[in-house]
Amino acid sequence: MYSEKVMEHFKNPRNMGEIKDADGVGTVGNPVCGDMMTIYIKVKDNRIEDIKFKTFGCGAAIATSSMITELAKGKALEEALKITRKDVADALEGLPPIKMHCSNLAADALKLAIEDYHKKQKSKEGAS
Amino acid sequence: MSVPRKIYMDHTAGKPIDSRVLEAMLSYMKFFYGNPFSIHSFGEEPRKALDEARIKIAELINAERKESIIFTSGATESNNLAIKGVANRNADRGKHIITSSIEHMSVLNPCKFLKTKGFNVTFLPVDSYGVISLESLERELKDDTILVSVQYANGEIGTIQPIKEISEIVHRKNAYLHVDATAANGLIPIDVRKDGIDLLTLSSNDMYGPKGVGALYIREGVRIEPILHGGGQERGLRSGTENVPGIVGFGKAAEIAKKEMREESERLSRLRDKLIRGLLESVPYSFLNGHPTMRLPDNAAVRFSFIEGESILLSLDMMGVAASSGSACTAKTLEPSHVLMATGLKHEEAHGSVLFTLGRQNTEEEVDYVISIMPDIVKRLRAISPLTPKELMSNV
Repeated sequence: MYSEKVMEHFKNPRNMGEIKDADGVGTVGNPVCGDMMTIYIKVKDNRIEDIKFKTFGCGAAIATSSMITELAKGKALEEALKITRKDVADALEGLPPIKMHCSNLAADALKLAIEDYHKKQKSKEGAS
Repeated sequence: MSVPRKIYMDHTAGKPIDSRVLEAMLSYMKFFYGNPFSIHSFGEEPRKALDEARIKIAELINAERKESIIFTSGATESNNLAIKGVANRNADRGKHIITSSIEHMSVLNPCKFLKTKGFNVTFLPVDSYGVISLESLERELKDDTILVSVQYANGEIGTIQPIKEISEIVHRKNAYLHVDATAANGLIPIDVRKDGIDLLTLSSNDMYGPKGVGALYIREGVRIEPILHGGGQERGLRSGTENVPGIVGFGKAAEIAKKEMREESERLSRLRDKLIRGLLESVPYSFLNGHPTMRLPDNAAVRFSFIEGESILLSLDMMGVAASSGSACTAKTLEPSHVLMATGLKHEEAHGSVLFTLGRQNTEEEVDYVISIMPDIVKRLRAISPLTPKELMSNV
C-alpha cells in the first residue's frame, strides 16, 4: 500500500522528539480525526538549525512528519515556507490518494511553527 | 522464543480454504462441469452434488428441510435478498424495518436504500459492549414492522447477540427476524428452529470454504421475492446457473464445521483469552472492545490509547503479524468504525483499535509471540505520539 520510502521513514523516523526551548512550535490536527502533529524548530541566522516532530496518526502521518523535518532542516525560513504537501508526497515517492490529507498536516504544522517563531520574535522586539 | 515467519490473525477478513474442501471441489471443475438444470447425464452429478450440499448446510443450522437453503454469491447478496426481498414482498403489510447500528454494510446500506424508496428504518442503539438494546427493540416494534434484521455476532468486536430473546420479542408482532450469521457461522452452534430465526445469512469463506458463495436460509412460509430475475434457479429466488464447485466446497466446509466446531471453538477460546489477557496485562492503557464473555471464540479486539491503529498494524506487519483495525486510516472513509462509535467510544479511542481474529492454523506459540512483541510496538509509537495521558484527558 505504501512506497518503500514511506515505510523506511515510518520504521526509522528522522528528527523525532521535542525541542524543550524551541523558537517556534506548530500543532495541527487533533486526536478526534485520527491525526495530530507538532513541529518544533530552532532558528539561527534566519535558518532552521534544528527541527523535531511528534505525531499521533497513521503510517503516512508519521512518514510525512519525518520527511518534512528532513526537507526543512538547514533551510532559510522563507524557503521552508514554500514546502508544499506535494513536495512532501513526492519526496516520499507518492502517497495513496486518501492519505494526501496527512501530508497536508506536515506542511501546515511547519508553517505554523515558523509563524509562531515570527510572532515570538516580534514580541521580543517589542519588549526590548 | 523462535520467531515464526508469518502469523495470520485476520480471519474475519478472509480464511484459507480447508484442504479437504478444496479436494471435494476439484472434480466439479475438472469432470462434472455439466449444468445441474440439464436433463442429460452430464447434469445428473452436479444436480446430486447441489442436493448434498444443501442437506449439509441445512443440517448445520438444523433447518427443517433442505429446500429452505437458497445458494447465493455470498453474505452480501444473502443480506440484500433477505432485506429487499422481504421488504418488497411485504410492503402491503407495512413499511417499517428495524436493524441495529452495528450491522455490516451489506445490511445497513440495503436498509438505507429502502429508506429512499419509502420505507421507514429504525437503527437500534447498542450498549458499551455492543449488545442490542432489547428495550429499544420492544419500544420500536410496531404493527407495521415487517422485518427486524440483526447479526448473530459482530465480527469487529466479537459480541454475540441474545438472538433467542430478540426472536421472542420480534414474534410478538407480525414481523420476520433476519439474522446475519456471517461472523458467527462455523464458530458457534446455530439452530434456526430453537433460536426462532426466519431468515439466516451464511457465508462459505467464513467456514473455510471458497469465497464467492453463500446461502440464505428462508423458513417455509416466509413471504419473499427475488432480487435477481432470470432462469428461475433456486426455487425462483436466485436465478443464475449455480456455482457448483463453490457450493460443493461450501457443503463440505459446513460438514467439517458441524463435526469439528465444538472442539475447535474451545481451543480458539483458550487462545483468545490468553491473547486478550496477555495484551491487557503487558500494555498499560489498553482495553478490550466488545463483550468480555458473550464473545466469538476467534475475536480479540483491543484498543491502545494515545496511538493510531494503522501505525500499529504496519508495525505488526513488519514483525510478520497480520491483523486488522477499526481505524479510519485503513478504511475508504476517514471516519472511525461505525461499530466502535456505536458502542460509545470517543473518536480518539476508536482510532487506536486492533482486531486479531484467530483461526485453525494459529498456535499458542504464535499467540505468545504476539504478546511478546506488542509492548515494544506500543512503546515506540507512544514515544512518537504527542499525546500523553494528561493531554488526552484535557482533550475530553
